[in-house]
Amino acid sequence: MSYALDTVVALPAPPIPWSMRKHLAHLSDEALVALVARGDETAFAELYDRIGRVAYGLAYRVLRDDRLAEDAVQEGFLAAWRTAGAFRAERAKASTWVLTLVHRRAVDLVRREERRRAEPLDESAREAAAVERGTDEAAWLRFERERVQAALQQLPDAQREAIELAYYGGFSQAELAERLGVPLGTIKSRMFAGLARLRELLDDAEQEGSWRPEFTS
Amino acid sequence: METGIHELTAAYALDALEADERLAFEEHLRDCERCRDELASFLEVSSALAVAATGPEPRAELRERILAEAGSERQNVVPLQSRRPWLAPAMGVAAAVAAVVAIALGVYAFSLSGDLDDARSALDRQEQAAAVLADPSAQTVALQSGDGRLVVGDDGQAVLVLDTVDPAPAGKTYAVWIVEGAAPKPAGLFDGTTGRDVVPVDGAVTPGAVVAVTLERDGGVDVPTTQPFVASQPV
Repeated sequence: MSYALDTVVALPAPPIPWSMRKHLAHLSDEALVALVARGDETAFAELYDRIGRVAYGLAYRVLRDDRLAEDAVQEGFLAAWRTAGAFRAERAKASTWVLTLVHRRAVDLVRREERRRAEPLDESAREAAAVERGTDEAAWLRFERERVQAALQQLPDAQREAIELAYYGGFSQAELAERLGVPLGTIKSRMFAGLARLRELLDDAEQEGSWRPEFTS
Repeated sequence: METGIHELTAAYALDALEADERLAFEEHLRDCERCRDELASFLEVSSALAVAATGPEPRAELRERILAEAGSERQNVVPLQSRRPWLAPAMGVAAAVAAVVAIALGVYAFSLSGDLDDARSALDRQEQAAAVLADPSAQTVALQSGDGRLVVGDDGQAVLVLDTVDPAPAGKTYAVWIVEGAAPKPAGLFDGTTGRDVVPVDGAVTPGAVVAVTLERDGGVDVPTTQPFVASQPV
């Protein structure tokens, strides 16, 4: 059970000149995580710069609170920092892994806080948030968001509702069954069928195989 | 029903399981390649949902906070105070549940990473710990040094949950001690992981005792040879 022993007693990394940082822009997310596993703080910063904004948007959507969203993002990224040595690129994309860690923290926090979550389907909140994002948002991010939202709209209403309430609202399947007044088995089936359908829709619409371009800035 | 547990892959990928359901599913994952494959592809879908989420921009301070925290963990193997006071252990049931969730995450990280043998041995050890952590009457004791908490059941069975202890250096191991009166009693060894460590304490922890951790040579020692870098408040 000892991963990456070299990270334990790592000496402070020598300062990396800015020109080296530019270098990292050419690396894949997965290569960055490999560097992070060796205690490379610059690679960790680059990883945050690539994924932090999406991670925060996600955490905020779940928690609807600045401070809690920040806590979730911080906890998720530090979990990535501590466990990068165990990450295996053949099992998942690095961005998926980090976002999964952040989402798990966000859901745990929303349940721990017993915050009664606002209705995730609230269009006005969605629009207000979109306005706040301003105009400097990366084109790929806007494109990808529209692609996923279009796919979501093609799901049957009941499936979309189950997925959105679970993923964005942080509701457990048991809470959803109670809230929607349907049997637990029905909720499970809606989630499963909905995710499977979404996977198909996203595969069909997949452009060039990746949601993130090689260069982010 | 046989299909039931497989179907939970979707709920798991959406984080829609309660803590106990997560644990059960993670146990299932160890033995079910089909579910692991399904989960991998469902997690790609849920991360697409993450990208589609809308929210405001993070403050620049968040970036600095995260990078500073990562940097300080690297340089100080021995954290002297809790870095996350807002997550300081609540008492009783809530803390026990949170600790079980933490275990789930640890095991989850392994299952996603494919290190299943490690996950298996970790899980066996953690299952013992889970019984203490899940005990609603268990008492949560803060640490006076170190980052984490000590959870003590009614019968003195105890578990140390350590958030930021890195793996022990080569040739070294961590030793747990129960300190009451003059002589610390050896209470088990562990190597540490890059993630959260959940360490069952070997031996009963009685009221007034302190649980401490030192870094020792491989194989352990009868009496501590270094200063503890983790110590609980008196139970």
